[in-house]
Amino acid sequence: MIHSFFILNSSGDVFMEKHWKSVIHRSICDYFFEAQKKHRNLEEIPPVIHTPHHYLISVHRSNLFFIGVVTKECPPLYVIEILHRIVDIFEDYFGDSKETTIKEHFVVVYQLLDEILDNGYPLATESNILKELIRPPTFLRNLQNTVTGSSNVASTLPTGQLSNVPWRRLGVKYTNNEAYFDVIEEVDAIIDKSGGVVSAEIQGYIDSVMKLSGVPDLQLSFMNARIFDDVSFHPCVRFKRWESDRLLSFIPPDGHFRLMSYHIGTSSLVPIPIFIRHNIHFKQGTSGKVDITVGQKQTMGRPVEDVKIDIPLPKSCINCSLTPNQGKFSYDSVTRIGVWDVGRIDPQKLPNIRGTVQFSSTSNSPEANPVLGVHFKVEQVAMSGLRVNRLDVIGEKYKPFKGVKYQTKAGLFQVRT
Amino acid sequence: MSDAKYFTTTKKGEIFELKSELNSDKKEKRREAVKKVIASMTVGKDVSALFPDVINCMQTDNLELKKLVYLYLINYAKTQPELAILAVNTFVKDCDDPNPLIRALAVRTMGMIRVDKITEYLCDPLRKCLKDEDPYVRKTAAVCVAKLYDINPTLAEDQGFLDALKDLLSDSNPMVVANAVAALSEINESAATPVIDMNTAMVNKLLTALNECTEWGQVFILDCVANYTPTDEREAQGICERVSPRLAHANAAVVLSAVKVLMKLMEMLPNDSEFVVSLSKKLAPPLVTLLSAEPELQYVALRNINLIVQKKPEILHHEMKVFFVKYNDPIYVKLEKLDIMIRLASPANIAQVLAELKEYATEVDIDFVRKAVRAIGRCAIKVEQSAERCVSTLLDLIQTKVNYVVQEAIVVIKDIFRKYPNKYESIISTLCENLDTLDEPDAKASMIWIIGEYAERIENANELLESFLEGFADENTQVQLQLLTAIVKLFLKRPTDTQELVQKVLTLATQESDNPDLRDRGYIYWRLLSTDPVIAKQVVLADKPLISEETDVIEPTLLDELCCHIGTLASVYHKPPTAFIEGRAPLARKSMPARMPSMNGGSPTGMENGMRGAGQVIPNQDSLIGDLLSLDLSSPSGPPSGFTMGVGGVGAPMPTAGQDLLGADLDSLLGLSDGSTSSSMSNVYNTGTGSTGLAELTGGYGASHQGSTVDAGGLLGDIFGTLGLSTMTGYAAPKQVWLNPAQGKGLEVQGTFSRKNRQVVMELTLANRALQPMTDFDIRLNKNSFGLTPASPLNVRSPLPPNQTAETSLTLNITGEIVKQNPLTNLQVALKNNIGVHYFACLVPMHVFFVEEGLMEKGVFLATWKDIPSENEKQFEIHTGLTDPDAISSKLQGNNIFTVTKLTTDGRQLVYLSLKMTIGIWILCELKLNAIASGHTLALKSRVPDVYMGVLEAFQGILLT
Repeated sequence: MIHSFFILNSSGDVFMEKHWKSVIHRSICDYFFEAQKKHRNLEEIPPVIHTPHHYLISVHRSNLFFIGVVTKECPPLYVIEILHRIVDIFEDYFGDSKETTIKEHFVVVYQLLDEILDNGYPLATESNILKELIRPPTFLRNLQNTVTGSSNVASTLPTGQLSNVPWRRLGVKYTNNEAYFDVIEEVDAIIDKSGGVVSAEIQGYIDSVMKLSGVPDLQLSFMNARIFDDVSFHPCVRFKRWESDRLLSFIPPDGHFRLMSYHIGTSSLVPIPIFIRHNIHFKQGTSGKVDITVGQKQTMGRPVEDVKIDIPLPKSCINCSLTPNQGKFSYDSVTRIGVWDVGRIDPQKLPNIRGTVQFSSTSNSPEANPVLGVHFKVEQVAMSGLRVNRLDVIGEKYKPFKGVKYQTKAGLFQVRT
Repeated sequence: MSDAKYFTTTKKGEIFELKSELNSDKKEKRREAVKKVIASMTVGKDVSALFPDVINCMQTDNLELKKLVYLYLINYAKTQPELAILAVNTFVKDCDDPNPLIRALAVRTMGMIRVDKITEYLCDPLRKCLKDEDPYVRKTAAVCVAKLYDINPTLAEDQGFLDALKDLLSDSNPMVVANAVAALSEINESAATPVIDMNTAMVNKLLTALNECTEWGQVFILDCVANYTPTDEREAQGICERVSPRLAHANAAVVLSAVKVLMKLMEMLPNDSEFVVSLSKKLAPPLVTLLSAEPELQYVALRNINLIVQKKPEILHHEMKVFFVKYNDPIYVKLEKLDIMIRLASPANIAQVLAELKEYATEVDIDFVRKAVRAIGRCAIKVEQSAERCVSTLLDLIQTKVNYVVQEAIVVIKDIFRKYPNKYESIISTLCENLDTLDEPDAKASMIWIIGEYAERIENANELLESFLEGFADENTQVQLQLLTAIVKLFLKRPTDTQELVQKVLTLATQESDNPDLRDRGYIYWRLLSTDPVIAKQVVLADKPLISEETDVIEPTLLDELCCHIGTLASVYHKPPTAFIEGRAPLARKSMPARMPSMNGGSPTGMENGMRGAGQVIPNQDSLIGDLLSLDLSSPSGPPSGFTMGVGGVGAPMPTAGQDLLGADLDSLLGLSDGSTSSSMSNVYNTGTGSTGLAELTGGYGASHQGSTVDAGGLLGDIFGTLGLSTMTGYAAPKQVWLNPAQGKGLEVQGTFSRKNRQVVMELTLANRALQPMTDFDIRLNKNSFGLTPASPLNVRSPLPPNQTAETSLTLNITGEIVKQNPLTNLQVALKNNIGVHYFACLVPMHVFFVEEGLMEKGVFLATWKDIPSENEKQFEIHTGLTDPDAISSKLQGNNIFTVTKLTTDGRQLVYLSLKMTIGIWILCELKLNAIASGHTLALKSRVPDVYMGVLEAFQGILLT
């Protein structure tokens, strides 16, 4: 399976390597750099690369490349999933997975990698279990370790590792029992020039925070469970119950976790909470006009907040002066992306931005109109109309505090102009 | 207090400083020192000099320190094997530690030290750990067996670890089962013979563990289950039901592995059954969901979806929209999505697709834009209704005057002209406006082709071509060839004013060019034009064959194989694993299971084998002889692997199919046989006491070597004529002398081949022309194109007295190694007797390789016919006295050439036939009958044109008698 693991930074240094079998020299990464050169954008390198004797499978996260090296036929998705999981675990432990962070916690990183995989096979990937084996570094613990000489490596086997519910620790105890669910929906959409919806879909997640004592067995039901096109669950969810009763029955892990993700596809009608009116004319070699107005629609009475619009300008753009009537506009002359930070949409006075764009006269590439990237957030609304009906706790006596929050965000929301 | 401190170096000798710290009295200091050592090691500094000092720290209660030392050991044991031995004791002791974590850690680390001496000590602790009471230790030990196997396979096998691992498959803990499966799968990859024996009980065990083990274990189990072929439909359906809940897993690898299992098993179930329909519906949503994942996952998913869409388009055909490209998708995702969009394009969604493609054609990424333009062309060719709209879209794009868009558009417009001739010529003038901007050979050549093809409608065609001719010498060969052809076309269409031009181009091509292709083509045109312009016109302006709809479909057999590898690297590369995974034993290639009634489709592996054989280098004659000589002739050739059906000479057990055939078809077949000179197919009921007492089937006009002509009245005679020997189906050529007595030191061999009881049989007559009796006959066949090997030892009366002959027949298996011969049907034989070894070669008539399952379903036939490129079609004349299509087709049927359908067009009878060869090659035939006796036209189509000559000979042979 995974033979070796390398972390590369954007300037092309291999700053971390780990081998689970024999050592493969880090010069193997040269093939990766080679392949990278063939692409205009460094990130756009295909995730699976073939070298004479190995296969390099990479993921790109927080501006680093995490590369898994395999020598034999294996499922690449498996490797990609593990790599993402490794990065997730880093982020869970250290808060982020930047180069400096990884370097700072080098020893823990190494211990983790050793614990996550054995001989290239996953050994423990549940962060609950890992945290029992290797305690995440905190300032206090570091202090304590230095003073007392103890280490952050557990010397006993985690209890949950081999139980029927490997994701849950035993002996969890809280004074206040709480269960929170965040229903988050991301709207992915492509809107064409005239405002028509080319495609729209919802990618939804239910993220949970569980602070419940003992081993509670939960049942979560929805008002309208039929709306899902596709669902995928955390391993704790009993699939049989879902199939027969359309309710989520599970013994939750302790702490944060993603209970479920779902997909509502192009076949159902997805309401779009925002509209964009635009009037953009680019002329080659001279200048262009930009005029964009944003407004809200179908938000079930909630305001649209954190609106941000990315305006990628053509390579030949030399100057961009746009003035908004609300929010701030900034233009990055290196990436040539203009960002209009609108904020909250006031339905009475629609936000608008207008101005001109200068192009260099020597360029002969076409000045195609930009595709606007739109970001927004609507609190307290799930666009699909999904509602949680009730949550029941079985097996424990206490009555927990329960909370459900809804939020809709823009995923990949694009407006063609 | 960050770990970054370990990277700061001191100015003094670093190693020296570390050494003293490692030997410090304080635990604390030692631990810090080991951490520094590890940090230096990971950034690639050589700290191997500290080996003994680090080992000293190994004996400790502190788990963290222990782990760090282990880490160091793994890294440097290889370079310091002598010192590494010192660590063994601690390892062995740790394997008995009361703490399971330490036991597991010790056995795990030992497995990673790839030093032979240490490996020896590993066996005992490992054996103990495999039976440990703690499942955590067992599961670690399972992986350790795979490590050991990797280091020393024979040791692992001899010590019985493989069996111990197999026992773990029945472990009570699902994690242990999952790891055991993982370890076994890895061992399987490198083992010469498969170590896992998949059967119903095993699959049930695995599926039970599937529900409870971790996501990673689920992947291993699913991949393992994918290698199992259920025995019947019910079992297949049962597995599908148990696997399909995995589609709702959050882990993409689990989802895709489940898709693989389901795709494979669905092949076994009837296509239209309710179960398959509902299963197909379940497959789409998870695949769509994969497209909302990270781009890396999307990429792999898309490569796999590309296969699934080709295999089962119905699964995703409503999901077109999810493949629409987003602006900030990485380019590798964009290109894949585009490909799938075209595959899903249909009249129902073409408007949407075109609108999208037009949008993409204005993006900035040049590669993507080009592919989008090409895609528009492909849509036009694929969906006829949309052609007009595609053309106008392309015209719009040409108006943008963006150089690379224009060039790409012209290339695809050429293809559209090919597909729909005389339909869109009105746009030629627009194309001509852009002549000057073309600078890519592809676009130029396409434009020149268009001008030449429609020279009569382009007024200034001669001027245009002349302008291209000016820079002739500097052009790319492709453009030169195209220009030459175009000018010749122009001349043939408008001879009056273009003579000078054609002279000029022919001179340029034949005299000034040093490219042989160009010169040759120039000469051919020159000669054609100078001998007979009418013929030249027929040749140059001949109708062109249609171009196929889909240009880059994956060969169906390869597609089937790849579908068995969904989710693996093979599916990402769209190549069979054998093509790129090195160091892998050439294991059996995976193939889709046959649908249960096993009528059409068949298993594609045979064909793959054939193809592989074709790809091999043909050894020259000398080395073949060498091969033959090195054959061991002393021992009798035992039957090769597999069981053999019936041995020649002995009354062969009949397959039950023979009986069915007999019952159902006897009357009609007997009816057919009257009147025709030779019975086309006759069933003979063997009521004699015979060894089997079963009905036997004789067919065709066979047995000709016995000199008996079969007619309706002679049936009885035929029974007795053939009874003694063996039964025959189909045609067999008269025996030929293969070895004359002068070369065979008195042994004369005559022989022929026939097909009996679904097997190839070699009929031999051995004559002893020497003065002494002959004994100890044995036969060997050299590697040949069809993998023929003797199924049984040669059965000859021995001794064979002088001047006596012995008849024998030898059943041949087709399981041998395949090496392509030239000619294809060549077979080299070594025959041994007490006098010596004799070598001779003979030709195996192709018809003996036609299998009984050669009937292709009409729909499949049509699709396949279209699918095979037209270059593979060859026409032949065949001569026979037969003119009645029914007689012909029944005669052919007797030899496993099956009639798919018959048609009458333009007063000519067309018979469509299909046949399949043992090596899996399908051959499609169209027989155009001539009302007058001789000269039927036979058109053959197959993916492997090499076999045509042999097939033609077979047709001749069968129909001529």
